[in-house]
Amino acid sequence: MTFSQLLSEFFTIVASLLLAPLLLGWVTQLRAWLQNRSGPGIFQPYRILHKLFNKDSVMADTASSLFRFTPYLIFGCMLLASAIVPTLSTDFPLAQAADAIALVGLFALARIFISLAAMDVGTAFGTLGARREMFVGFLAEPALLMVLFTSSLIAHSTSLKTIVTTQIDRPFAIYPSLVFAGFAFILIFLAENARIPVDNPSTHLELTMIHEALILEYSGRHLALLEWASSLKLFAYSSIGIALFLPWGISTQGSIMSLLYALPIFILKLLVFGVVLALIETFSAKMRIFRVPEFLTIAFLLAVIGMLTYILLGAKAS
Amino acid sequence: MTDLSIQLINLFASFLLLLAFAMLAQRRVVNLVQIYAMQGLTVVAATSVVAYVTHQNQLYYSAAMTLVLKVFLIPWILRRLIKRLDIRWDVETLINIPSMMLIGIVLVIFSFNLALPIASLSTSISPGTLGIALACVLLSFMMMITRSKALPQVIGFLSMENALVFAATSATSGMPMVVELGIALDVLVGVFILGVFMFQIREQFESLDISHLENLKEE
Amino acid sequence: MSPLFLVLATPLLGSLVLGIMGHRPNGRNVNVFFSFATFLAAVFLTTRIVADGPIFALNQQFFIDSLNIFLVTLTAFIGFTTSVFSRPYMRIEEDRGKMSHSRMRLYFSMYQLFNFCMLLALTTNNMGILWVAMEAATLTTVLLVSVYRTPASLEAAWKYFILCGVGIAQALLGTILLYMAAQKVIAPGVNPLLWSNLNAVKTLLNPGVMALAFVFLLVGYGTKVGLAPLHNWLPDAHAEGPTPISAVLSGLLLNVALYAVIRCKILADGALHNHFAGHLMIGFGLLSVLVGAFSLLRQRDIKRMFSYSSIEHMGIITFAFGMGGPIANFAGLLHMTVHALSKSAVFYAVGHAAQKAGTQIMENIRGLIKVSPTVGWGLMMGTLAILGMPPFGIFASEFMILTSAMHQLPWAAPVLLLGLAVAFGAIFSRVQPMVFGETNVKRLAHPPALLPVFLHLGLALMLGLYIPGYLNHWFVQAAAIIGG
Repeated sequence: MTFSQLLSEFFTIVASLLLAPLLLGWVTQLRAWLQNRSGPGIFQPYRILHKLFNKDSVMADTASSLFRFTPYLIFGCMLLASAIVPTLSTDFPLAQAADAIALVGLFALARIFISLAAMDVGTAFGTLGARREMFVGFLAEPALLMVLFTSSLIAHSTSLKTIVTTQIDRPFAIYPSLVFAGFAFILIFLAENARIPVDNPSTHLELTMIHEALILEYSGRHLALLEWASSLKLFAYSSIGIALFLPWGISTQGSIMSLLYALPIFILKLLVFGVVLALIETFSAKMRIFRVPEFLTIAFLLAVIGMLTYILLGAKAS
Repeated sequence: MTDLSIQLINLFASFLLLLAFAMLAQRRVVNLVQIYAMQGLTVVAATSVVAYVTHQNQLYYSAAMTLVLKVFLIPWILRRLIKRLDIRWDVETLINIPSMMLIGIVLVIFSFNLALPIASLSTSISPGTLGIALACVLLSFMMMITRSKALPQVIGFLSMENALVFAATSATSGMPMVVELGIALDVLVGVFILGVFMFQIREQFESLDISHLENLKEE
Repeated sequence: MSPLFLVLATPLLGSLVLGIMGHRPNGRNVNVFFSFATFLAAVFLTTRIVADGPIFALNQQFFIDSLNIFLVTLTAFIGFTTSVFSRPYMRIEEDRGKMSHSRMRLYFSMYQLFNFCMLLALTTNNMGILWVAMEAATLTTVLLVSVYRTPASLEAAWKYFILCGVGIAQALLGTILLYMAAQKVIAPGVNPLLWSNLNAVKTLLNPGVMALAFVFLLVGYGTKVGLAPLHNWLPDAHAEGPTPISAVLSGLLLNVALYAVIRCKILADGALHNHFAGHLMIGFGLLSVLVGAFSLLRQRDIKRMFSYSSIEHMGIITFAFGMGGPIANFAGLLHMTVHALSKSAVFYAVGHAAQKAGTQIMENIRGLIKVSPTVGWGLMMGTLAILGMPPFGIFASEFMILTSAMHQLPWAAPVLLLGLAVAFGAIFSRVQPMVFGETNVKRLAHPPALLPVFLHLGLALMLGLYIPGYLNHWFVQAAAIIGG
């Protein structure tokens, strides 16, 4: 392990921590613009985090220690996820751990704990949120796995690092299977990050809320951590999307210069990604919760079709 | 160059499959027409690429014909029909989209299996797409079975024809021009006749729901 | 001018002319005129073939051999007699307000166009054009079936269109696969869609592709033949359309579709070197015989009943060609001819009978022999002919099919016999009271055209007793072409 590798790892983590709230702010601001509102500004998430960290955390009497340590665990999971996805460079120590299945497992771990913590206090909303979260999760996870498998078929490996390097190194080629996987990924992305049309992150409507119901009992620094964690999750998912479908520009060596070179490209991609997300959210309507299985089944099936097309066309395409 | 064009054709084939699934799950009639037009456009693009690679001028004509007919004329007729019949906001109640999609997947696997052994015999530049074309045919067929309204059934019929044209392009680099002209003419006339029919059906049954058409059966 | 050109151009011209003036009172006469001209042209073509043997025309795009020449003549002949029959029939319908003038124009124009499509399908050498012609024939008949614009006729036409549209799309897929297989083996510069070229290289075609192509072609054209389980459109379309159309649907269109299947089977057999195609046809054929025969038992509508009988007969013919061999093929060809003649005769008689009674429900049609002895006898004779009673031609062909079934497929013969027996019981027990029962119905305003009925029955009778030398020669040759 060289110094530059360590440095790039450190760089990646800091970039994730700082860029994640910014991405959230950017999307929120864009949505506001698209709806002809002036919007809170793209730095609003930082202000919220700052405010929440300075507040006292209030706990329910019935809360157990599980309730207390869950925010740290979630935050840790999400940070780790962001840290192992190759965002700027593929050559850093933790990249070895960036296995597609491990990644899905990491998200699942976070999901289980947040659901447990939501039920811990024993309020109706928490339980309701946990139920819905698991409901979405158990449909989204296999779909995400299928998407990752479709991509890994091309690289013959489930390691994200290998997927990205093979994508970058080989001559340009169009993979129809990736088109399907890409569509499926967008659907999963929306469901997993509690975006419209599956969930609306900016309301507390008990009929429809999923994510907000889960964290309803948290306050102060715990809430701040959870909010940060959810913006990290958004960031991590965006990075996965970029790594799988638009990896060009990610540095394959660990040198500082190449990192500085990769950073603006990555930020540009994130900005574009934010625009796409904001557009999707503006142009679609929140769907009823009973339609969510339909939505996610479509995602799953798209990923399966992607895999099938790879098998049919793959032999000739490469 | 050929490599890229083969990939492009494969990409268009996948788009067709994607659109076939989109059609299967689409409830709004107006959007169905939109998807149909997009399907036509994809076929045009694929045909043009094949024409470019194989240097067959007649395929350009075929592509142009598809463009005029299936991207502009027929969707225009359908939209007019929708307007005149006042079914703009018609929404179909589709039962259980997930299980329909699952059956769709089974059909895709089936047709891929069917096509794999014979695909290698194809003389065209992108033999793999034959399986996709076959799958699209079956998916449109399924759409026709599952729909209860007249217009979606017709669109299913038309998209089946689209898939067949694509099959012809992908499996054989295009049928002779005479045949293509004949097919196009038949389709156009078919759309006209069905359009007239829809007015009459509505006049007689006061609805465009095909489920009303079940008086003729054995006692 | 070549006779082939005349055969095709006459109905096309007729369709145009009638499209302009078909609503005039003498439109029906013009219709008869054009059909007769087509028939004359077909006879002219036939004499040419008798003299010169098989011909190609127009850069090999058209092709006449012994397999299609008799079908061309038959089609032109029945097209002509049906036009004679529809003269009084449609006039009565018009008088009763079921048809308007403009719809009469549509009717006549489409009738000619339909004839053109069938003749085109029969004479073309191009498998792609064959498909186009079959689809066009579907479109014209859809308009003809729906010509009354009643809810029932619209429903029937819609079903017909959708089902046959789907079916014929499968046939297109089959044609594409055929083309694909052919491109592989046919030399560049030779048109790989021409049947005669395909036939020359049929042993080289890839068996895998050909098997798949034949399945699609059989399902596709088989839908139009009315093979079970793809037959649902057939009874509706027959029952709800005008009776002349029922006659040409049963008598001609089914034959033409079956002809397409046979052409495909010849190619598939050559490529596959086994009985795959034949076995498929045997399966579909037997199923159609059984479904047709047992459905007959439940019918109340007279036209529906006879349309089920068509399904049964098409099943028998498909079965015969599926078995293959000189005798079965010969019998199949003969059965095609005689069935077309007898079934259209039956429909003519049925049309007049139903018009007299004002209903198609069999319980309400009684005592035809008293009201109009000729219609009554025509229906009775036609029914006997269609049921395969001895002097008529169907007896001869069914007898041959049964005996060759006993030789080649002993297990199938009882199944076939069962189907025939059930059909006999079902049809005869219903027709008998219709002809001989008590009634008090008035006579029709216009004298019915019964000449076609007896002409057809006479020919069917003749073919039962004696087959002319040249026809025999064609059948033998065509049977050899089909092989199997």
